[in-house]
Amino acid sequence: MKREMPMPLLSVQNLRLEAPSRGLVLVDDMSFELQAGEFLAVVGESGSGKTLAARSVLGLLPPGVVQTGGRVLLDGRDLSALKPQELRALRGPGIGMVFQEPMVSLNPALTIGAQMDEGLKLHTALTATERHARCLAMLDRIQIRDPEGCLGACPHEFSGGMRQRIMLASVMLLKPRLLIADEPTTALDTLTQREVLDLMVELARDQGTAVLLITHNLGLVARYAQRAVVMEKGRLVEQGDTQQVLFAPKTAYTRTLVEALPRRGAEPPVQAGGAPLVEVKQLSVEYAGRRRGLFRRPVAQRVLDGIDLAIRRGETVAVVGGSGSGKTTLGRALLRLVDSHGGQIHWQGTDVRRLSGSALRPFRLACQLVFQDPYSSLDPRQRIGQIVEEPLKLVPGLDAAERARRTEAMLAEVGLAGFGARFGHELSGGQRQRVAIARALVRGPSLVVADEPVSALDMTIQAQVLRLFKQLQRQHGFACLFISHDLAAVEQIADRVVVMQAGRIVEQGSRDEVFDTPRHEYTQALLAATPAFAATGAIGAIGAIGAIGTTGTTGTTGTTGTTGAVAAPMGS
Amino acid sequence: MAGYILRRLLLTLPTLLLVALAVFVLMRAIPGDPVLLMLGDSADAAQAAELRQRMGLDEPLPLQFGHWLLQAVRGDLGASITNGEAVMPLILDRFGVSAVIVLLAVAAAAMVAVPLGLLAAWKQDQTLDLAVVAGATLLLSVPSFWLGLLMLLVFGMKLGWLPVVGYVAFNDDWRQALLYIVLPVVTLTLIEIGALARMARASAIEVLRLEYVTHARAKGAGEGRVLWRHVLPNAFAPTLTLIGLVLGNLLGGIAVLETVFTLPGLGRLLVDAIFARDYPVVQGCLLFTAVIYVIVNLIVDLMYPLFDPRVSAA
Amino acid sequence: MTLRANAVIGGVIVASVASMAMAATLWTPHDPLGIDLALKLKPPSAAHWWGTDEFGRDVLSRAMTGAATSCLIALLTVLLAVSLGALAGVVAGFLRGWVDRTLMAVNDALLAFPGILLAMGMIVVLGASRWGVIVALGLAYAPSVARVVRGTVLSLREKEFVEASRMIGNPEWLTMVRHVLPNCVAPVAVLATSMFGWVLLAESALSFLGLGVAPPAPTWGNMLSAARPYMQTAMWLGIAPGLCIAITLLGINLLGDAVRDRLDPRMVR
Repeated sequence: MKREMPMPLLSVQNLRLEAPSRGLVLVDDMSFELQAGEFLAVVGESGSGKTLAARSVLGLLPPGVVQTGGRVLLDGRDLSALKPQELRALRGPGIGMVFQEPMVSLNPALTIGAQMDEGLKLHTALTATERHARCLAMLDRIQIRDPEGCLGACPHEFSGGMRQRIMLASVMLLKPRLLIADEPTTALDTLTQREVLDLMVELARDQGTAVLLITHNLGLVARYAQRAVVMEKGRLVEQGDTQQVLFAPKTAYTRTLVEALPRRGAEPPVQAGGAPLVEVKQLSVEYAGRRRGLFRRPVAQRVLDGIDLAIRRGETVAVVGGSGSGKTTLGRALLRLVDSHGGQIHWQGTDVRRLSGSALRPFRLACQLVFQDPYSSLDPRQRIGQIVEEPLKLVPGLDAAERARRTEAMLAEVGLAGFGARFGHELSGGQRQRVAIARALVRGPSLVVADEPVSALDMTIQAQVLRLFKQLQRQHGFACLFISHDLAAVEQIADRVVVMQAGRIVEQGSRDEVFDTPRHEYTQALLAATPAFAATGAIGAIGAIGAIGTTGTTGTTGTTGTTGAVAAPMGS
Repeated sequence: MAGYILRRLLLTLPTLLLVALAVFVLMRAIPGDPVLLMLGDSADAAQAAELRQRMGLDEPLPLQFGHWLLQAVRGDLGASITNGEAVMPLILDRFGVSAVIVLLAVAAAAMVAVPLGLLAAWKQDQTLDLAVVAGATLLLSVPSFWLGLLMLLVFGMKLGWLPVVGYVAFNDDWRQALLYIVLPVVTLTLIEIGALARMARASAIEVLRLEYVTHARAKGAGEGRVLWRHVLPNAFAPTLTLIGLVLGNLLGGIAVLETVFTLPGLGRLLVDAIFARDYPVVQGCLLFTAVIYVIVNLIVDLMYPLFDPRVSAA
Repeated sequence: MTLRANAVIGGVIVASVASMAMAATLWTPHDPLGIDLALKLKPPSAAHWWGTDEFGRDVLSRAMTGAATSCLIALLTVLLAVSLGALAGVVAGFLRGWVDRTLMAVNDALLAFPGILLAMGMIVVLGASRWGVIVALGLAYAPSVARVVRGTVLSLREKEFVEASRMIGNPEWLTMVRHVLPNCVAPVAVLATSMFGWVLLAESALSFLGLGVAPPAPTWGNMLSAARPYMQTAMWLGIAPGLCIAITLLGINLLGDAVRDRLDPRMVR
């Protein structure tokens, strides 16, 4: 990766962004450079200022945020010195940007064709036919099955992953010299994430576009970026080659980030024996399908199809799969929160699938659920103490004093001692999730189902919460059904792993079996697609040059050759 | 899309039925015997019984409802007690007057309010925005009948520019007719600009926040283009719903303006009929207005997919 | 307008009107019903700050009493509408099934009428009077409340903290009472604030038409109606009541805006 010193494509010098009305400094003295064709990642957690820094390059700061210092130079031209028309002319063919939320980044009222066409119309002198041809060619390039139909369709007809690919296509259509991608895959599941990013790398390589990737996911940095810049609370704390930043970090903060990457638990997985605590046999769940047309009957869809699963005391069983695999439904059906349509659910020998009311009571008392979204799983009108105490009100024989004692003890265990009087909105995401865990554990359940409990949290917080969870499990000895799409988190916490696809279980085994010797091709694809493994060097050796091009066939989930190889330097 | 239209149309039928039922029940709930009221004090039992039979009032209620409904569907809403005229043609005639004023006013208000709201949202918190919000809130707070009176005072009496009392139909003399409706239309327009501008501004602010607007700007689109192609279609949908509601409300509330400007409109017909206890006319007005309101809302719902394609797919 | 400006101005206006209304129940400068033909149609003066009407009655006193009447009517109407509507909305949202469908069908039928029109229709049945207006307007506005409450209940039912409550083992009714209902209060409060303004306007309109509170009891609406013949000769008769309505509504709207901004975190200024 030899570089002479030509003029860098993008040069950010001492950038300073403030929100004067709130008296906040959002980015302070940030400086970095990007060469033509290079892939640079800007890493940081929420609140680090990385998104704002990226937006300032385009001059698209949100209202209330101003640039009070520093310069941004593109090819040596100071962007703040440009007139508005010149800046606009630069947006698109000079700098392209892809956003995070695929659901709102495309205008729902316009067709795909109109939106793709718009960029071309603004910046090129092509005729309508030529523009149409270009759009079709690009859609074909990203392997859309029916390009002509796609142009006439509206965004809501496509899934999140598809929309992100279309966004990428319409941005790259203008052949920008710099592509800024702001957390483009955070809202997508693991396999789709891989497809979209591989596509981005391919297109960028074809056109020689430099890429500035904003992300909080170190795994992605390891896999795709040549250089990385680390931000903490508005300041740039470290920059350098990816390998150096990840494997030999210089600052304490970077080290914390790297250490927060989930690693396989050091202890051997628990081999639980004895009769199973909960056993599911041939469980099926159907959803009535949507009406297609006025007179056709709705087609029922099987979300869960004949599931067999056993969970024993004290063990953690992880259920993994992409979106639509049915894993969330499994958790809820097991807990009788969702109606099932076939099979049995055995709880300590009794079939509870059809019970209700007081017969279901012992089951309810012994099983609990930790939800995914820390922001909507707590009643905004209740104080933390009340939230954690509420389950105790249903335990016979406890008086108010005893309840208060247990609540306080539980809060202390999750590290929130004395928080009882606060409200949910006063707490951070990680703290709220700890409240959710406290609520689930306060009655000493035998089974806890955790539904993506850490997916919405920052990496360092994720690590904390997972560690806490594991520790509590060792202390209290409950069994756990851990549902997640993130294999890295699963690796840290699971004893047994179950892989689901399209409502069926495709592979089961102990943690080591599944992670080291996966048998089903879906499992292999999932493992290959998990970015964090690249960063921890869990699979594949450090420094191995794995060609990304060979594995980046978009749209397929077949076996990918190399698994989690470290990013090949581009264009060197 | 066709499915959506069909479904929407089918849903309207039960609503219309219930509306008719509500009107029927309301009328039957009026205290007092309608026959005696019509005949006055000098009625005797025989006359009363005969009239009752003639009007079908001795039949069981559901049957009465059925008859009435069938007649209504055929366009026969009975005859006025005061002067024996057929109700339906009377209503249609008066409706013509009210409708012209309401439609003109709402159209004018929309044409002013929507761009104003958009501009205010675009320049949020700057002088223009503050002025628009202040102005709209003021207009929203002024009662229409008071504004009408003031307009009448200033332009009619003091300045003498426009006629104060009465009305001339368009077919008779359109120039004169225009003079007579200028004041009511302007009054109504001013009032409605308040509500519509606020709604347009609020929905535009919401849309401007969304990422696809930033995306359009990131493509290099100029502000004008962003507002016209990206913000307006998405922001307009809620305003469209409000327009439907406004039209409906005006159908009821127009009575006050018709009183102030002495216009022979539908609202005034209803109020006069209430005072005169002319129940067939009251009944007819209520039913007619409600049906028009349902139809207006139906049209608004059908126009919605033009602005938000997600709706027709649902 | 900034949140603070809205709240302050709106608050001041509403507080003034409310105090004027409350004071009027105890004392007014002159007897609002006191006829004195010798004093008729006098312009504003030191003795009669807002002049006198065609019967020699003091306009200011009548306006104050009118404030009291209108505010009381509006308050009772909003209470009626909110109670009925919230009850219907909660029952429909909670029980679902045929109860929900029936209630919503009735609701939609009532909503199919423009508000004032429905009120006028009901006045025919109930007769034009204070209570007639309260019941008519209350019934006319209850469906909007029902729809909002039902919508809130339905969306809250699916929230995770409600699921959590079921997960703990709470019976369904306890989940509704402890978790769903308290979270319905905010949207209803916002609606009630706006509704107060609509009802005030509707009551003035009805009184103006002669279908509401009847003279000699003063309300701003019927005062305005009585002022029509004297627009040119005694302008103060027409301006005063209308100005009262406009300013009160302005205050309510500003306050309502401030309340909404406060409760809606997205609209950060």
